[in-house]
Amino acid sequence: MSRVGLMVTCLNDVLFPDTGRAVVTLLRRLGVDVEFPAAQTCCGQPMVNTGYLDDAVPLVRNHLDAFAGCDAIVVPSGSCAGSVRHQHGLVAERSGDPGLGRAVAGAPPVYELTEYLVDVLGVTDVGAYFPHRVTYHPTCHSLRMLGVGDRPTRLLRAVRGLTLLDLPGAAECCGFGGTFAVKNSETSIAMGNDKARHVRSTGAEVLVAGDNSCLMHVGGLLSRQRSGMRVMHLAEVLASTEPVIESRAERSADGAGPGSGTARTLGAAR
Amino acid sequence: MSGTFLGTPAFPTAARTALEDSQLRRNLAHATGTIRAKRAGVVSEVDDWEQLRLAGEAIKDRVLRHLPDYLEQLERSLVAAGATVHWARDAAEANRIVVDVAQRHGTDEVVKVKSMATQEIELNEALAAAGIHAWETDLAELIVQLGDDLPSHILVPAIHRNRAEIREIFLREMGRAGRAAPDDLTDEPARLAAAARTHLREKFLRAKVAVSGANFAVAETGTLTVVESEGNGRMCLTLPEVLVSVVGIEKVLPTFQDLDVMLQLLPRSSTGERMNPYTSTWTGVTPGDGPQEVHVVLLDNGRTDVLADPTGRQALRCIRCSACLNVCPVYERTGGHAYGSVYPGPIGAILTPQLRGVGTDAQTDSLPYASSLCGACFEVCPVRIDIPEVLVHLRGEVVRAHQRASRVPSVQDMAMKAASWTLSSAARTGAAEKVAGLGGRLAGRLGRTAPGGRAVLGALPGPASPWADSRDVPVPAAESFRSWWERTDGGRSRSDNTDGGRSDGPADPAPGAEGGR
Ligand code: SF4
Repeated sequence: MSRVGLMVTCLNDVLFPDTGRAVVTLLRRLGVDVEFPAAQTCCGQPMVNTGYLDDAVPLVRNHLDAFAGCDAIVVPSGSCAGSVRHQHGLVAERSGDPGLGRAVAGAPPVYELTEYLVDVLGVTDVGAYFPHRVTYHPTCHSLRMLGVGDRPTRLLRAVRGLTLLDLPGAAECCGFGGTFAVKNSETSIAMGNDKARHVRSTGAEVLVAGDNSCLMHVGGLLSRQRSGMRVMHLAEVLASTEPVIESRAERSADGAGPGSGTARTLGAAR
Repeated sequence: MSGTFLGTPAFPTAARTALEDSQLRRNLAHATGTIRAKRAGVVSEVDDWEQLRLAGEAIKDRVLRHLPDYLEQLERSLVAAGATVHWARDAAEANRIVVDVAQRHGTDEVVKVKSMATQEIELNEALAAAGIHAWETDLAELIVQLGDDLPSHILVPAIHRNRAEIREIFLREMGRAGRAAPDDLTDEPARLAAAARTHLREKFLRAKVAVSGANFAVAETGTLTVVESEGNGRMCLTLPEVLVSVVGIEKVLPTFQDLDVMLQLLPRSSTGERMNPYTSTWTGVTPGDGPQEVHVVLLDNGRTDVLADPTGRQALRCIRCSACLNVCPVYERTGGHAYGSVYPGPIGAILTPQLRGVGTDAQTDSLPYASSLCGACFEVCPVRIDIPEVLVHLRGEVVRAHQRASRVPSVQDMAMKAASWTLSSAARTGAAEKVAGLGGRLAGRLGRTAPGGRAVLGALPGPASPWADSRDVPVPAAESFRSWWERTDGGRSRSDNTDGGRSDGPADPAPGAEGGR
């Protein structure tokens, strides 16, 4: 049996652990026994994008070691998948170590979550249930660096109960861009505010994307504007399932009360 | 406006000024939005567009690989056709050559075809210093020149101006430079164009010397090409007795067949047209027809330095179509002046630092960072310049240059070192996360709860403030994914608790328990 390693990404690990847990739930439901190589940390993108390519070398090495035993790597982030696929080679080249270059070239293939679901597992209906109005932001790195195309929206359209609303100017950058958000914060915020305006114009309840970094940026603006809109990682939507009776009873017994459908759904998903 | 980009503040500062100008932002959003849609429309009509792009890339790469050979061939062809060829290492040399030609013909004015190369070397200023007026004849360049302004776009230098502003400039300034605008001038495009036409006509008819650039130079025949939309270029190229063309050395193409590919790629990418209205070609001197003295100045001005960089040299493939400017979300919001250079937008952000050299001034070094790396520029570039790749590469060069120049590491250097040390080991990362989780729990009490139950922080002091000025900050989760996996064996053990990864918020938020970041 092939070994599939979950690369949870540093941002998800610290700020959005629920996304990683949703991927575990989702993949197990689809029959993939995903592993979490504990030696993993960060793909090195923060260093590379700031121009510290030399400081990314130990991180690239660590990534290679951590996932050495895997046949495939799955990551719930277009940006980090793009970083591993396109930037590790750049880092290796600049390091002047031909051994590192060979190791990067021989590393297990990295799949962004939707690529793995659609291309490797061959599913678009993952059996999810999410009865909400949703709009989807395709994030630049998923869209352009990886070219995930319509895989995410095909997955979303197969979710029962979900209404997918078109996002105007969807392909435009939200303005996050890693350190760009701090180094050029005014421009970043101007871009993000336009994105947030488009998101609000859809009338959706939830903004969904495959990258928590972009969601953190747009969500941070939406939250500051007290818009009442939620942002969720695609994996969490896909992990949601219809409520089951036992689960509801359990939660009621916990004193959690009848709550909304989604909360129960997410509870049941775990 | 001083008429020069020298002394422009670094990008973030210049961008702030632009962002505060709501009229400018409206003008830019409207103009770039319109041309973006037009380009997308005409590009989608071409089935083999990707093939064309690959062909364009291959032609330009071949040129760059054998640049000296093609340049010598071009020189031979030009000389055989009766042109005089000059080689200019830098702006000063190129300007001296043009000034000399004008002075030899005893003229105190030249007409100009819109040209980025002459902008780059600041030829107009050099001519002015020699007492020679240079009249821009492209409509948008005319607006910029009359307004004592700087161009802010490669193709539409006056993109930052709207019709009302243009009318005012014409009324105020035309009389001082020649034929005045009619008193009853309105801001209708047709009326504005008519005023410009009358104003320019007398200049075309009077000028003895014209100056142009070239979009392409075909080595096998010595043919130079200019593509344009208004016909003013053709007037300059045919009426005066003397023509001086300043041509960047990367503009050479091996054959006419290569020109064929470029003339398909350029108009659709540039103006969103299937074909540009005027394509002028000239090959040396044709006795009795057009200029009887033709000079070609082959300009280096930093280009061989760019060529020496294996990653950066792809910038020399650029055919100046400006498609990357029109799709760039940063350009759309800041405009071209913020880049502080003749070449604005994404291509400016990679070309300018390479031509000037990084590590010399803060403004230049800020340009590779003036991008969110969204990749829209690469996607539209007709010659497939991987602008994000070059941006990242140049950021690396900026960091290296600073580290070489200073023995004391910067705050950023130390932060990156520390992050690299922590993040290259899972044990160190886990330990740091425990502290963050603790901090998160504390911070969560100080923050507020966003929709969805997530604790967020408001405005923050210190280095985090640029983030938190307008965006809420999520506090670190109480338990990282890593320690959840460890504690529960990846959720397989019974000790799992569904709220373990959640920060201090209401236990059962709705809908989208993880939302509200
Ligand atoms: S970089 Fe590409 S898209 Fe930008 S101006 Fe040059 S050719 Fe056009």
